[in-house]
Amino acid sequence: MTEIRGLFTLWLREVKRYLRDRLRIVSGIVSPVLWLFIFGTGIRFAGAIGSLNYQHYLFPGIVGQTLLFTSMFIGISVIWDREFGFMKEILVAPISKVSIFFGKMLGDSTDALIQGIIILLLGTVLGILEDPVMFFQLLPVMVLMTFGFVSLGLTIASFIQNLESYGVVVSFVNLPLFFLSGALFPVRGEYVPEWLQTVSAFNPLTYGVDALRQIALGQEWQPLFPLYYDLMIVVLFDIAMIIIGTLALSRRK
Amino acid sequence: MAKVIETVDLTRRFGQLTAVDRLNITVDHREIFGLLGPNGAGKTTIISMLCTILKPTSGTAKVNGYDITKQANQVRRSIGIVFQEPSVDDRLTGRENLFMHANLYGVPSSEQKTRINNVLKLVELEHRADDILRTYSSGMRRRLEIARGLIHYPKVLFLDEPTIGLDPQTRDHIWTYIKELKETHDITIVLTTHYMEEADRLSDRVAIIDYGKIVALDTPTKLKKTLQGDVITVTTKDAQKLSTTLAEKLKIKKTRIADGKLELTVQDGEAFLPKVIETAAENKMHIEAVVLHQPSLEDVFLHYTGRAIRAEGSNEPRGEAAIRRRAIR
Repeated sequence: MTEIRGLFTLWLREVKRYLRDRLRIVSGIVSPVLWLFIFGTGIRFAGAIGSLNYQHYLFPGIVGQTLLFTSMFIGISVIWDREFGFMKEILVAPISKVSIFFGKMLGDSTDALIQGIIILLLGTVLGILEDPVMFFQLLPVMVLMTFGFVSLGLTIASFIQNLESYGVVVSFVNLPLFFLSGALFPVRGEYVPEWLQTVSAFNPLTYGVDALRQIALGQEWQPLFPLYYDLMIVVLFDIAMIIIGTLALSRRK
Repeated sequence: MAKVIETVDLTRRFGQLTAVDRLNITVDHREIFGLLGPNGAGKTTIISMLCTILKPTSGTAKVNGYDITKQANQVRRSIGIVFQEPSVDDRLTGRENLFMHANLYGVPSSEQKTRINNVLKLVELEHRADDILRTYSSGMRRRLEIARGLIHYPKVLFLDEPTIGLDPQTRDHIWTYIKELKETHDITIVLTTHYMEEADRLSDRVAIIDYGKIVALDTPTKLKKTLQGDVITVTTKDAQKLSTTLAEKLKIKKTRIADGKLELTVQDGEAFLPKVIETAAENKMHIEAVVLHQPSLEDVFLHYTGRAIRAEGSNEPRGEAAIRRRAIR
């Protein structure tokens, strides 16, 4: 019971901090919107993917990107907490490291999901998502994707000492994951060289985006993998990252 | 009397450096125990081990009867800590920080509100409790941290340099809270400091730590007594003559002349001072200045370690003391 309450209070803290930081929420929306409208419009008229409207194709990719970027960026909170001392208060508290990790991970995931939901709503309002019911079908997939990425961010942050290095490392991780995920273009044999296809198969975002796209585009899109397969990979990634993240956070000097 | 803390050869090494060297101390129930020493003496390392943040290299300790290596969670539940560096969330309000702490330490929900209001009252922060911490001064944050350390009714409260970086007025305030705490709560306090005055005014017993070892441990009064009295410094042209006269008439045994000044070591300096002046006047010797110096912990520290506790500061000890900076060694 104490563990659950400790976990809950840590979750609440992350969410409160996030909701009070309006600038962060707004700036988190700007970049996906730019991708969607400027990049999306440009490519739409420059070259098409089959008979698909490129913006419709791109949208699930941008939702995935938003989740990835926000999740990874939020990992920085571990470094902040360490730098400003709050981490000590948490680490000496009589609750387990597992609860600490889950409190933080679920809190950060909530923040990242809020960001993803805003983009999703935007897509619904603008008619990119044709059926509003899809919103509720996409959400569980987004939740699963977020857990893994947030855990990855927390893991990296556990090993990095200062804020500046974290920014560098994260963009070093983010961009390849984003570009090699099929978010911007289909990573399938008929469109891209084999090496790109092979590399993207090792990218968890590929499976997340593929799952989102299957749901959002329905019959219009021929998926890379069956939905159950996509989800299985995402869940395995989640489990692995949660275990690694918990271990990374509980290292004791 | 029950022993609340007991260390057995507690040792911590960082690579080549031995930060804490076979420490053996006991802290009694409801006492304020001071760890006094310069920065880098190993005080924080001792506290970190007792709070189970840091594992000892060898040796062990018991806090409230729990072993710090084997029963870390029980130890944590029974202690409160105020760290040297701030450890509050400055994006949340004071009250939110306190609620979070109460939840982390499993304080029953039904009691949280009352306890939080009580501790806020103790440190006089009720009127600012719902402001975001960013708007607090460093003294207010410190007070909030002390309040926070008390919410879960710890049996031992660790205060690591509780007044570092605070102005004298705030420092005085915090001292009052700490003393009040001891009077009103069933609590044992362990405090580290490099401020002599703080150790002197608050502690029941003081351990002087240097290079990870205890060099002296006793009540502040007894520690000061080891210096054998007050020092009266007389500035006069007739230093030698006065010294002889005083030795004859007042039976002063310990006299010394340095830089043309006469130094007398006596037991009761305040009562003795007028006699010195009278004697000089009777014998037509001119006195330019007289200084009475009663021993402080600073002098005790100097006595045991052979150097001042810090190179600069308001309580500059005797001028002739050779001050060596730690960094050079």
